Amino acid sequence: MPIDLVLFYVLGAVAIAASVAMIAQRNPIYSAFALIATLCALAAIYGLLGSPFIAVLQIVVYAGAIMVLFLFVLMLLSVRPEEGPSRSKSLKVAAGALVLVFAAQVTSVVTAAARGTGSATFDASTRQMALKLFSPEFTYTFLATAILILAALVGAVVLAKK
Amino acid sequence: MSPFVEELLIATAKCGLVIFVMLNLFSVMTYIERRTLAFMQFRLGPNRTGPLGILQPAADGIKLFFKEELMPADADRWLFFGAPAVAIAAAFLSVAVVPYGPPFTLFGRELQIQIADLNVGILYIFAITSLGVYGLVLAGWSANNKYSLLGALRSSAQMFSYELALGLSWVGLIMAAGSFRINDIVDHQAGWFHHWNAFRHPIAFIVYFIAATAEVSRIPFDLPEGESELVAGFHTEYSSMKFGLIQMAEYVNMISVAVLATHLFLGGWHPGIPGVASVGAPGFLWFTLKVGAILFVFIWLRGTLPRFRYDQLMDFGWKVLIPVVTVNVFLTAGLILAGVPL
Repeated sequence: MPIDLVLFYVLGAVAIAASVAMIAQRNPIYSAFALIATLCALAAIYGLLGSPFIAVLQIVVYAGAIMVLFLFVLMLLSVRPEEGPSRSKSLKVAAGALVLVFAAQVTSVVTAAARGTGSATFDASTRQMALKLFSPEFTYTFLATAILILAALVGAVVLAKK
Repeated sequence: MSPFVEELLIATAKCGLVIFVMLNLFSVMTYIERRTLAFMQFRLGPNRTGPLGILQPAADGIKLFFKEELMPADADRWLFFGAPAVAIAAAFLSVAVVPYGPPFTLFGRELQIQIADLNVGILYIFAITSLGVYGLVLAGWSANNKYSLLGALRSSAQMFSYELALGLSWVGLIMAAGSFRINDIVDHQAGWFHHWNAFRHPIAFIVYFIAATAEVSRIPFDLPEGESELVAGFHTEYSSMKFGLIQMAEYVNMISVAVLATHLFLGGWHPGIPGVASVGAPGFLWFTLKVGAILFVFIWLRGTLPRFRYDQLMDFGWKVLIPVVTVNVFLTAGLILAGVPL
């Protein structure tokens, strides 16, 4: 078996195990760390797929910046572990339905990739990413996203000041 | 030998070498730091163990190994054990993409002491640095001690704030060199010493140095520890080798910050005078001298400056460093667009 494939299965197993741990854990701090582990495993998989740039961004933005904020809040509020089963029946049903929808989506993507019609051959190197992102094709999308994020930022500051 | 096995052997040898050197440098650094600090404060420092006290690090290491392991009764067992591991893992992960010295030829083979020559090397370091804070946060939170928790809160806020300035200080260099690869950024600074990024991007250099000092929690930014306010901050409850690991992570981080400063701002292994050899043994010499000088400045700062107050720290990070470095990024971009060779 090529080494890439072995690594992929190992990292995939870590990602899945950590995701399960994140949901199953009653202690919110443990959940946060499980989520960090998931994000890191995903980043490694991106690297394996030939896109170190996205891998690194995944860690910088999600595992690094956002999760630190999560932890900061969790620690400041000193959240107690959740006690006993508190999840309602309707939530469980909704969750099950969502799982089915998600599984269907993944299956459709994977089968499309297997047929060779999907975008699985997309070159995701740093250079290609930058060329695509800053090409005239995406100028307006890029600018609109930037303005949206800026608006959210200003909104957060305004709400915090209230 | 198949090429794969050969590659694997070379990579393993490089990993082994880098880890070996880092671990030894760590213990030597503790000695140098204590002695230098002592001389700065008109003391003698450790001078009893072996000639001039050079066996002090070995004695300290043995002592740490044999000390009793203590854990607070209410501590979170798994995270308490995991925290030093996270800290040391992050410290050693970030040394993987940094080149140590120039390329050289050995047995007809072009080699360089660099474990992985990543084309996003500098971003990778940024990413790992942002993970390093979890070691401190975990250590502080899991011990279930109010001083530890305060230290952990301070460290996460401090690192988060100064990381922004740290990352922005690199943007100008990356634009000038046109690459995220550390080797490209080093080669961009060849020639006279005024080609070094410290002279071409002085604002970025100053900001980097301040932010890097804060990232490795050295005085004057040692608020996560703050021994006169928080006992020992996030590692109050750690003893024995777990304390040793946390300290090791701090020193390894400090060394890698110094190596990075050498590569990004002081021309790496280039001597700064055209015609003087920069490859082979001389290259290693220039590189070592520069790293040593920066490490000395870290110790010097510790012997000179008092600690920041927490609100001053936050004000300085958000209201001075980040605006200054942001303006610097735009300035650099403008100069590059105008055709100024940077």
